[in-house]
Amino acid sequence: MSDAQGAGDVILAVEGVTLSFGGVRALNEVSFDVREHEVRSIIGPNGAGKSSMLNVINGVYHPQQGTIRLRMDGALREFHDMDPHEVALSGIARTFQNLALFKGMSVLDNIMTGRNLRMHTNLLLQALRIGPAAREEIEHREAVELIIDFLEIQAYRKTPVGRLPYGLQKRVDLGRALAMEPSVLLLDEPMAGMNVEEKQDMCRFILDVNDQMGTTIVLIEHDMGVVMDISDRVVVLDYGRKIGDGTPEEVRGNQAVIDAYLGVSH
Amino acid sequence: MKQHIGIVSVGVLLLAGLVAPLATGAGTPGFYTEVLLGGLMAGVLYSLVALGIVLIFKASGVFNFAQGAMVLFAALSVARMAEAMPLWAAALLGMGIMVLVAIVIERLVLRPLVNQDGVVLLMATLGVSYFMDGFGQTVWGSDIYSIELGIAKEPVMILEGVFQGGILINKDDVAAALVAALLVALLALFFQKTSTGRALRAVADDHQAAQSIGIPLNRIWVIVWSVAGVVALVAGMVWGAKLGVQFSISQVALKALPVVILGGFTSVPGAIIGGLIIGVGEKMAEVFLAPVLVKTFDLAGGGIENWFAYVLALLFLLVRPQGLFGEKLIDRV
Amino acid sequence: MFYRENGQYKTTYGADQQMLPILQDRIFMAVLLLFAFIGVPLLASDYLLLSILVPFLILALAATGLNLLVGYCGQISVGHAAFMAVGAYSAYNIVLRVPQLNFLVVLVLAGLIAAAVGMLFGIPSLRIKGLYLAVATLAAQFFMDWTFARVKWFTNYASSGSVSTATIDLFGWRVDTPARKYLFLLAVVTVFTLMAKNLVRGHLGRAWMAMRDMDVAAEVIGIRPVYAKLTAFAVSSFYVGVAGALWGFVHLGSWEPLAFDINLSFTLLFMIIIGGMGSILGSFFGALFIVALPILLNQVPAMLGLPLATATKSHLEVMIFGSLIIFFLIAEPNGLARLWAIGKEKLRLWPFPH
Ligand SMILES: Nc1ncnc2c1ncn2[C@@H]1O[C@H](COP(=O)(O)OP(=O)(O)OP(=O)(O)O)[C@@H](O)[C@H]1O
Ligand SMILES: [Mg+2]
Repeated sequence: MSDAQGAGDVILAVEGVTLSFGGVRALNEVSFDVREHEVRSIIGPNGAGKSSMLNVINGVYHPQQGTIRLRMDGALREFHDMDPHEVALSGIARTFQNLALFKGMSVLDNIMTGRNLRMHTNLLLQALRIGPAAREEIEHREAVELIIDFLEIQAYRKTPVGRLPYGLQKRVDLGRALAMEPSVLLLDEPMAGMNVEEKQDMCRFILDVNDQMGTTIVLIEHDMGVVMDISDRVVVLDYGRKIGDGTPEEVRGNQAVIDAYLGVSH
Repeated sequence: MKQHIGIVSVGVLLLAGLVAPLATGAGTPGFYTEVLLGGLMAGVLYSLVALGIVLIFKASGVFNFAQGAMVLFAALSVARMAEAMPLWAAALLGMGIMVLVAIVIERLVLRPLVNQDGVVLLMATLGVSYFMDGFGQTVWGSDIYSIELGIAKEPVMILEGVFQGGILINKDDVAAALVAALLVALLALFFQKTSTGRALRAVADDHQAAQSIGIPLNRIWVIVWSVAGVVALVAGMVWGAKLGVQFSISQVALKALPVVILGGFTSVPGAIIGGLIIGVGEKMAEVFLAPVLVKTFDLAGGGIENWFAYVLALLFLLVRPQGLFGEKLIDRV
Repeated sequence: MFYRENGQYKTTYGADQQMLPILQDRIFMAVLLLFAFIGVPLLASDYLLLSILVPFLILALAATGLNLLVGYCGQISVGHAAFMAVGAYSAYNIVLRVPQLNFLVVLVLAGLIAAAVGMLFGIPSLRIKGLYLAVATLAAQFFMDWTFARVKWFTNYASSGSVSTATIDLFGWRVDTPARKYLFLLAVVTVFTLMAKNLVRGHLGRAWMAMRDMDVAAEVIGIRPVYAKLTAFAVSSFYVGVAGALWGFVHLGSWEPLAFDINLSFTLLFMIIIGGMGSILGSFFGALFIVALPILLNQVPAMLGLPLATATKSHLEVMIFGSLIIFFLIAEPNGLARLWAIGKEKLRLWPFPH
């Protein structure tokens, strides 16, 4: 547990978010907050609305009700209907439950896209690749190489991502998000489908990012062992509602949560 | 809510387009009705082509760019075979040929490309369309051929009591409309009453479900493409009888794209209504709007019916991307 | 010397990011360019220059432009000949109305106008994808066809609707002989190809490819779809517009309405499918193929003593195109360029394949 840093100020707050698709209520008046430097997990049975929550934070879905507050320039600000691009600019990065890598591109290029936010040379300079454009390319390549080293995927730099085994693809997904140098990192089941060793590696990467870079982590994960081990606080969703929120110990003792996981009917 | 405003505004625009010529006195009511009917006639043909496309799209998720080539191929086959045998025999043989075409397409194109991206499939059918155009003309020749349905082409005057001067319509046009209506009714029966038809509907609704109840997908595809081939044959005969069988028929598939966009890719009634809207819309535009444009901008002639359908569909898309009868989907991640 | 990268260590990221990181490739490219600029004009016949190389170069440029949009950014267009037309008619009108302007400036202006029109028709791509976008590009095709056929101003009130151009004059160097036409085109195409290659390996190119491969993820990591898609439409139309101007001025000389009709659009699309989507090199392969096939169909049967009728030949041609498209989509979706890459990979291991 990354208790060393303690809990910081609130960096991201979700308030009364309701999201429906036609008749399906994916989220029902969900509220919670995320504090700086913590590892905040979201758990819940399949279809509980966890991924939808991340999509709302990312601006991919726009909720019918509720607000998202983000810390910007030191103050918590309220945002409505933000574009994913604006959310990215505000320092929130994301990995995906079902690999969403750019399959026609190499590992290096996939991670480089994470730097796009910070690359500004204009079209003409890029076409001629002179001066600033060439320098910018090298500068960001250096940053990306650090991430490649960190994730131990040096050997696959030039490999098309589609050819990598699943576990490594998950790492590239993480690398792409890290390349954005986010202040908050949303991880949607980063360890799903991995064997024990791969899970350990991934856990280590996540904790290192949290520790060394001070990045706040929001983690969706089904493996309770991992969740209870590395989270500071946990939100529990079930059928789109929040049914529990607190430290791992608190959540473990919560009757509603136990019922949801044991499949007690509502 | 926004969606409704979109639909209503498109409706209002269409209505305005229909009423404006009358209000400005650009034509007598009789002439106006004639143009309207002419547009409906063209629309019937668009509907027939679009119908084939919708059937295929529903069952296999493929936008069949080759539907126009199929119409040409079928019409060519019938026209040339009818030179040596009675028309009904040629038509029957033509149906056989279209079934054969369906089998070949399923084996050589669809099966290897199953589960590919929609755009890849679209381009594959573009390849099919080129192949069929070339093949058809190599085998059957590339002149203009005629199909005689045995209906006199003379115009008749109707509704003389209602409009001053009455309205002129062609008997063969009326026959064409009747044929189209009959075909749609037959298809509806086929889908509702036969077990094959019901199986087809199951596939359209959910590929996996259909497979899990034991319907072989490949057979379904062959059937659907055959049905679309027969629809193409009917369209080709109607069209060929009216304008002669020639290469330009093939290009009509392009017009079917705006039609299905208007009607929605999976809606049979949508294909029919979309076809009629486009048919009427472009005729009206050509007759009433084009002269105004020509005069105002000193153009070298009208011909706006060449692009009207596409621009209409494009504007429509901007307000309602899912078509008249389609439903909205949100991408998942 | 074997074709190999062993021992060629990259010590800087700059060196690693070169366009052609392998030394042998660089040598091959240099030799090829030298031959193209010096050998070909000296050796090639006028027929080869005018009937094959001139159309090949222009179509390769157009295919590169289309490839940037379709192959790299994943936005379908079945109406790109419309933007060629915009380029051609823009160049015609600029030359007509401002005759003193240097043709290179005219080319750039024509490209810019095509880019603006392309962006306009690309706006729907922000809301719609795939098939739906196809209709937007079809609208561009038929609307532009109509515009240039009907609005008399564009054709300078010519009664037939056809236009003809004067010989290009570059600082006193007249582009009139076959060899000069070829050299002029080769220079233009080389520059534009280099720029395209630079674009696709820069951050804009990565943004395009990200949009193509997974648009939602691209947005979430901060790529603006508006920017990525509209720049793709703009750059693509710019290239195609320049190609259109060259097609009109250098290849055709004079042209009728509908010289840039939907069939040309389909041909462009076929070039990138056969050559390789998402590959600049593929655009060249595709263009070469499209130019060469009719000529082969003309010559080969005749040599075998089976001369074909003209109609048969053109039908055969579309049949072959049709089958090849299906073949490539099924067997090698990355086209001839991929076959080339596989060949090179084999060569890299040769003669010890294990
Ligand atoms: N784009 C969409 N369109 C329609 N319904 C959706 C969409 N996205 C999510 N849903 C629905 O919202 C509900 C919540 O889905 P969500 O993906 O958020 O669940 P989850 O908690 O992430 O589940 P899992 O653990 O399986 O990933 C589900 O019923 C799902 O079907
Ligand atoms: Mg999920």
